[in-house]
Amino acid sequence: MSTNGNTATPTSQETGQRAIPSGIKLPIYMDNHATTPMDPRVLEEMLPYFMEKFGNAASRNHPFGWAAEEAVEMSRERIAKLIGATAKEIVFTSGATESDNLAIKGVAEMYKEKGNHIITAVTEHKAVLDTCKHLEKLGFRVTYLPVQKDGLIDLDDLKRAMDDKTILVTIMAANNEIGVLQPVAEIGKLCRERGVIFHSDAVQAIGKVPIDVNKMNLDLVSITGHKLYGPKGAGALYVRRKNPRVQLVPIIDGGGHERGMRSGTLNVPGIVGLGKACAIAQEEMPQESCKIAGLRNRLKDSIMSRLDEVYINGSTEHRLPGNLNISFAYVEGESLLMGINDIAVSSGSACTSATLEPSYVLKALGTGDDLAHSSIRFGIGRFNTEAEVDYVADRVVETVQRLRELSPLYEMAKEGVDLKSVKWAAEAH
Amino acid sequence: MAYSEKVIDHYNHPRNVGSMDKASADVGTGLVGAPECGDVMKLQIKVNPQTNVIEDAKFKTFGCGSAIASSSLATEWVKGKTVDEALEIKNTEIVKELALPPVKIHCSVLAEDAIRAAIGDWKKKQNVAKPAEMQAQ
Repeated sequence: MSTNGNTATPTSQETGQRAIPSGIKLPIYMDNHATTPMDPRVLEEMLPYFMEKFGNAASRNHPFGWAAEEAVEMSRERIAKLIGATAKEIVFTSGATESDNLAIKGVAEMYKEKGNHIITAVTEHKAVLDTCKHLEKLGFRVTYLPVQKDGLIDLDDLKRAMDDKTILVTIMAANNEIGVLQPVAEIGKLCRERGVIFHSDAVQAIGKVPIDVNKMNLDLVSITGHKLYGPKGAGALYVRRKNPRVQLVPIIDGGGHERGMRSGTLNVPGIVGLGKACAIAQEEMPQESCKIAGLRNRLKDSIMSRLDEVYINGSTEHRLPGNLNISFAYVEGESLLMGINDIAVSSGSACTSATLEPSYVLKALGTGDDLAHSSIRFGIGRFNTEAEVDYVADRVVETVQRLRELSPLYEMAKEGVDLKSVKWAAEAH
Repeated sequence: MAYSEKVIDHYNHPRNVGSMDKASADVGTGLVGAPECGDVMKLQIKVNPQTNVIEDAKFKTFGCGSAIASSSLATEWVKGKTVDEALEIKNTEIVKELALPPVKIHCSVLAEDAIRAAIGDWKKKQNVAKPAEMQAQ
């Protein structure tokens, strides 16, 4: 349709089209919490391990195996370095869901004689929540800590929840929807004082904000490649080896790879990629986080200066640099996504999920269901540009304005109707 | 992707967007859904009191693309129909016309409810209005 632009002169609103500024390629990817594009430097380093260096890292008696093992060990060191660990503390997995399962189930099984109580938070990823629910069915007791309005847990709640049966606390470092950073160091301190193992799903945080397993008293940390410009299907679990030594019962049995904690032939190209991704992050994180935070703030300011009744979900202070999660009052999230279909972002709206329930994370913050339905998550990453941010802001603003003109709620609010006082007729369904 | 061409067309070019005077005797207003459920539709009809024909229809919708399309289509369909004919419109016809997937059927149900609510409001006004008119005569 855009090729017809010079024969007819429809407005951008009529056509849904607008001039594309130079230097922008559509669609724009701004959903970097879902996954990140691979860094070409990562791919380059992985490629030899598909063909010429195809060996099995467990083959101990020929050069094919040695080359693979060497690459794996280098990756182990690179990953360890990024989080202040030692190479022997890194166990390779297929990704963060497996790492979370191994950490939580592994601790539960290993330490069940010591206690049966696990503490987590309501805003955790499903990989943690559903693992905890599974353990509840097996007789474990799980406390799901609430979060405050800013999305952070209250440390006093955590203290109160801990008892002499508590064996594990699992709290994420950064939230995947709202990007808020939990007080990991403080949680780690509380856990260490009480001799409780501390696991953190840190997939969103690693490579974006500093994580140090010793300074933060972390005992188990879930890592994945595809959230930091590495490959999918390659993950790791940090498992503390001393002060204290943490032991896990494996969930996958077999050839005894990864010191028995995770059997299965190693995904050598994926591991190489994960290692390279960590090495790049180690080098570039300070400058990159600063640049990305700048882009995020530019997007936020550009949108918020032009639209009223726009609300940021979650703490603005304790937050990932690339995350912006905002609710546009009176506009439903999925319809907004449909209007900005040349931009890849996510919504907390029920309509984008199969369950017809809005985001449980936003609900946990006390965001009303109406605003949860109106939320959009922008995830800015390494490859986004200022020109893209400006284009996205313009498209969002014009689409929100168009949809508000279409919204009976906006009309009622402008007429001075208090939407909370209206008796809505939806109960009939 | 998941949307049919017709849904996209209604979303990009919604028909009959707007509002009419709620207080007018020949206007019926239906407001259905709830913000916390993610869908609210306002559908208004203007009825010719002599013929009972719906001469104009307007809508505003807060909801997903399918909800916008369902209500937009509903305004197109009711226009030119008598009130009784409009009451015959079934949500299943909207589903068929817009090729809505199962998870979006509730949007069509809401559109049917909106038509009924608007007609109900108009009918209520007629019942109230008539004795007054007779008194005036």
